[in-house]
Amino acid sequence: MKEILLLKDGEIVLKGLNRRQFEDALKRNIKHSLSDLGRFDISSAQSTIYLRPLSDDIDLDEACDRVSRIFGIVSFSRAAVCPEKTLESVLETAPVYLEKILGSAKTFKVEAKRSDKKFPFKSPEICRETGGLLLSKFPHLSVDVHNPDVTVYVEIRDFGAYIHADPIRGAGGIPVGTGGRAAILISGGIDSPVAAYMMAKRGIKLTAIHFASPPYTSARAEEKVVKLLQKVSRYAGPMRMYTVPFTKLQEKLRDDCPEELFTIIMRRLMMQISERIAKQRDCAALITGESLGQVASQTIGALGCTDEATDMVVFRPLIGMDKQEIINISYKIDTYETSIEPYEDCCTVFTPRHPRTKPILKFVKAAQEQANFEPLIEEALNNLKITYIE
Amino acid sequence: MHYLDNSATTAVSAAAARKALEIMTENFGNPSSLHTLGINAEHELEAARDFVARAIGADSGEIIFTSGGTEANNLALFGAAEAKRRTCRRVIISSTEHSSVIEAAKKLSDDGYEVVRISPSENGVIEPSDVASAVTPDTSLVSVMLVNNETGAINPVAEIFEAVRLRNKNVICHTDAVQAFGKLDFKVKKLGADLLTVSAHKVHAPKGCGALYIKKGVRILPRQIGGEQEKRIRSGTEPLPAIAAFGVACTEFDIAKNLALVSELNNYAREKLTQIDGVMINSPENALPYVLNISAGRVRSETMLHFLEEREVYVSSGSACAKGKPSHVLSAMGYSRQRADSALRISFSKLNTRDDVDALAEGIALGLKTLAHR
Repeated sequence: MKEILLLKDGEIVLKGLNRRQFEDALKRNIKHSLSDLGRFDISSAQSTIYLRPLSDDIDLDEACDRVSRIFGIVSFSRAAVCPEKTLESVLETAPVYLEKILGSAKTFKVEAKRSDKKFPFKSPEICRETGGLLLSKFPHLSVDVHNPDVTVYVEIRDFGAYIHADPIRGAGGIPVGTGGRAAILISGGIDSPVAAYMMAKRGIKLTAIHFASPPYTSARAEEKVVKLLQKVSRYAGPMRMYTVPFTKLQEKLRDDCPEELFTIIMRRLMMQISERIAKQRDCAALITGESLGQVASQTIGALGCTDEATDMVVFRPLIGMDKQEIINISYKIDTYETSIEPYEDCCTVFTPRHPRTKPILKFVKAAQEQANFEPLIEEALNNLKITYIE
Repeated sequence: MHYLDNSATTAVSAAAARKALEIMTENFGNPSSLHTLGINAEHELEAARDFVARAIGADSGEIIFTSGGTEANNLALFGAAEAKRRTCRRVIISSTEHSSVIEAAKKLSDDGYEVVRISPSENGVIEPSDVASAVTPDTSLVSVMLVNNETGAINPVAEIFEAVRLRNKNVICHTDAVQAFGKLDFKVKKLGADLLTVSAHKVHAPKGCGALYIKKGVRILPRQIGGEQEKRIRSGTEPLPAIAAFGVACTEFDIAKNLALVSELNNYAREKLTQIDGVMINSPENALPYVLNISAGRVRSETMLHFLEEREVYVSSGSACAKGKPSHVLSAMGYSRQRADSALRISFSKLNTRDDVDALAEGIALGLKTLAHR
């Protein structure tokens, strides 16, 4: 039996004249994501993308799994293609295709969608015929139109007739790449991968920036970040990671700045270095995993001081979220287990005993300027390491 | 390269590696098969069993091969406790045991056993009287390691087991001898051990293999069942490449000679390291010289470890992990949190030279000068 995936566009349908661009980007992303599984025919019509496998040996379970992580799809269905667009063909296909799922259900209903108005039977007729047949083939079933275990959909579309059970929820959002490019500052904790995921969901193509301070941080900490980005890239697509050698800057910070300002100046340095990397690589914004009040460097005052260090737009998608809400998303995108591996990251090196929670910008800037980090920033920028994440 | 992490694992000896290759490519039969290939494999298995048995003064019928030290320790604790569960519900361990004993004991405690943990005296050694006084008529098992993996402290296991038996002669006595095996000349009979754990990869054999000595007449229950291998105590096809290599490694022991060599190195290291301002020795004076635990100033273990690694000197951090608790062994010995936080474990093998110690001392001295203090 031939199968097809029917993908429902999400927010894209609300777009106006540039809707086509969004659809094309979505199709490109789908194609890229499935490229190693085999060849598919991808076409779109009536707010639906038709994903037709071109050979019988394609692993559709894997394809569904990947489709569920592509932004821009609100829901999708794996459906049987009826050999002919006739009611007889529908009635022949339905009981065979749905045998397993109806076998383990107790109640069901049938919904018909007839977008091809030339089809000789109207929707209620299709429902009645299909429902009656299924009842006779599966005598254990009963009809429940309000809260059925399974809803059977019969879709009569321009290109054919399709049968499927309840649609699967998609990743939502808008297609990656349609929102421009931004750089995510990623540490290896729970928050930054979630922030990356959330901005990718809004169509952003990501570039990652990681700060490493060997020997205070280990090679494992960097490997952990790579692992996290690999998880994120299942949603956000392939990306580059720039690793900034941060040791000398942190040592200078320790030697030349007041202890209570270590963290805040470190965050400013990170922003300034990231801004320079981002601008050279066509990123229009920075993304951080900061959440208001979570730690001393994320108070309203500290964020103000950090923000002043760059004139780029900074996205902080987690700013109003509780830790538990962030953790819930990290479970969903499967980064939690990796995030909690206990390797030191550069944010916890030289943590002051009593960090300033209400830093005054004037003093912070003065302390930073007096230390003159510029030569070391240059040096760090000249020694970036690039890792390709796929 | 200066590899000073031999208590973590060791390089496999050439002869042992050759043996493993031979078993994998030529003599690859399943020891349980009835045909010639199987019989040849069984001969290899029994030869290895004999070598391991001889190395600890046991009878070859008393050796059960396992996947390593952790499994052997688990098997000892659960197997003995379960075998006596109807009458005896008390298990005694030392608080400086390896995690494969500590965690197993925790599980027993969750399952309703009464678990008693004996702390060491200040020099890191478990006192016989402390253990004996915890023994009751319903005690099923005592487990005290022979040599501590973090400090090299040698426990007076023979005296401990003797004192235990004076209180209750039915107690099963287990010792984890992973860090002593091949390094210290001990015999199971002299120790008075009923159960004893050894591991292959600490003695220049491959990973994935260990053994539990079970004294004739001592009954423990299996933890995994199936094809009835290893006298039904440990079912599962034996990993013969690792086991045969383990056997070969056991024939290469030269305990007295290597101990002299490593003692000399250890003394040299103590001398060089204590000259560095800020270095403190955590291992007791009379510890097994293969292990030397130190604290280096106020630099965190993990930082110093990575710093040394850049200079191709490989050691281990004393504590299990940077963000976790400090070493339970050093804490039990009464060292401060800060000292435990900057602990390093240096562990030697017969392959080390003074060169390695020089590189280590130089690295630590430089690290203390340049690395940030907490």
